[in-house]
Amino acid sequence: MGWLPDPVERLLEVALVAEVTVIGRNRRPITHPLIPLYDGERIYLHSSTLFSKKLEHLKRDPHIAISLSDPVAMKGNPDRATIQGTATIIEEDPHSDWERLILELWRRKEPAIDAFLKARVALPLFFERAVISVTPERCLYWADGRTDAAPADSRAPRTEAA
Amino acid sequence: MALATAPMRSGSVPVHDPTAADLERLATFPHVVVSWVDDDGYPQSVATSFEVDAPALGISLVRPAGPQIPLDRELSVTGSHIRPQPGIGYDERRYLQLWGRASAAGPDGRAAFSPARVWGWDEAEVPFFEYSERSVPQSRRYLAALSAEKGRKIRPRLSLFWLILRTTRLPFLSTTAVSVLLGIAIAATDGAFTWWTALLTLVGGSLAHLAINVTNDIFDTLSGADEANTTPTQFSGGSRVAIYDLVTVPQLSILAVALFAAAAAIGILLVILTESLLLLGIGAAGIAVGVLYTAPPFKLVYRGLGEIAVLIGFGPIMLLGAYVVQTGRLALEPLVVSLTIGILVALILFVNEIPDRRGDAAAGKRTLPVRFSPMAVQTGYLVAAVVALALIAAGVGIGLLPWPTLIALLGLPLAYRVYGGLKVNYDSPYTLMAVMGRNVNLTLAVGGLLLVAYVATLVWSALRP
Repeated sequence: MGWLPDPVERLLEVALVAEVTVIGRNRRPITHPLIPLYDGERIYLHSSTLFSKKLEHLKRDPHIAISLSDPVAMKGNPDRATIQGTATIIEEDPHSDWERLILELWRRKEPAIDAFLKARVALPLFFERAVISVTPERCLYWADGRTDAAPADSRAPRTEAA
Repeated sequence: MALATAPMRSGSVPVHDPTAADLERLATFPHVVVSWVDDDGYPQSVATSFEVDAPALGISLVRPAGPQIPLDRELSVTGSHIRPQPGIGYDERRYLQLWGRASAAGPDGRAAFSPARVWGWDEAEVPFFEYSERSVPQSRRYLAALSAEKGRKIRPRLSLFWLILRTTRLPFLSTTAVSVLLGIAIAATDGAFTWWTALLTLVGGSLAHLAINVTNDIFDTLSGADEANTTPTQFSGGSRVAIYDLVTVPQLSILAVALFAAAAAIGILLVILTESLLLLGIGAAGIAVGVLYTAPPFKLVYRGLGEIAVLIGFGPIMLLGAYVVQTGRLALEPLVVSLTIGILVALILFVNEIPDRRGDAAAGKRTLPVRFSPMAVQTGYLVAAVVALALIAAGVGIGLLPWPTLIALLGLPLAYRVYGGLKVNYDSPYTLMAVMGRNVNLTLAVGGLLLVAYVATLVWSALRP
């Protein structure tokens, strides 16, 4: 089960865009707007091979931050949050892995994806995709988006040592 | 406002030094997300308010509570925007990212951010499809690296049906059908019709057309013309299957040879069945025109002669060839109709070359839209379309064509609409798509109306006492 605070889970469930930051060469932070998907435990992002630089960065350094900041992209919810975590890239079969793993979550948030998928022949490389599975480790939450106030800081429960 | 004319670099263009226009653009976002790598080695991000001083290339950031904006390392400042469209998805996607460092010198305790590099994307300026096309090399690099990492070839895929459709550009076969069926219909009004040679002609003509499509793709891929074109549409820019690595050039070559061989086999069979050397000549001319269309050393389409080749191929060769299969002779009537159809099919190529012209020019493909001004191309289109239809009227006027073929003149308003669409959308490949579709419909409509006219003529002569 997930540990993220309820208000943050609500943001993840509606957000059409998150600002996803990865670490590029020379420790440079690089931010990409991506649609976040959430299954109650992990956050899934996905990337076409067309825009796969972020995957190369994540292979070098899997640390990642997901910022939820834009009320327009979150059905008017003004709350804000940043989730830090570690990413795993699933890319054994960029043609179909993502359909098996995240299509249902994607469809729930963005039903129009089915219409685009029917036109796969028009833009085949767009639908060759890798999945980025993120394990959340730390979460900062700003109620009402007030980042001038101290955030609620929560961390993943520690896994017990074997 | 400077923002409207500020050059926007797409993601496929290297990052650049910030300009005042970049900062004016950033000022249009309601907030920014500031990111850095924290002491634990994770990226950290926080949204905050900001103000820009565009002429001074400065940004002041309201310092958030919680994680403090560090002053000792590189930051990124990102503005991001989308407009959700319920049930459709979203549009108005744009973002701008600046990298630099912050100091404590900002007003009112704010952090002063000095950007050193910037990049971004605005789909209003670089449409998503163009952005995607510009990113194809990145996809190839990624899949090549992934293949090396996994020790097996990982390639993009399409289902066999869609791959065949895309590789051969199957929907364009409708133009072949129009030419061949009209040749057969005219022959039928002359009292000559054998259904199975008619069917063989249709199949052979279609295979030849597909072979030419594939050959064209091979040479446009090898010459770099298709790769240089970052604004392909469903009507232009080639099939791109080799550029996307869905199919290799050797595989395309095998397919082209197989299609040509099958078309030639059917052609030879028809020559044997009809014992017509005339047909042999027409068939040989058809294959020669098809190959020389893009193949070196002639490369007709690279020299602005593509339209002439298409006019001959889809006009006299296809239509007159179909007529000769049925009747064994040449005649003026099918020649006139073939010129009308040939011109209209050539105009499909002519219009479809418009969005390709920058990529074509870069690859040395000197098509007519590359050579001539927009006004000359637009006027040329209208004149050619009018001439195509005037040929029908003239044919009826001198008693060569049956009067019902005048119904084809109903295509004139559609031709004029295409002309109007060219004037408005000449520089916009994606809005031009509707015009290109309308132009294809013009050929199909005129061809269809002529077919109706010939069938009506046939029925009338059968019923006449």
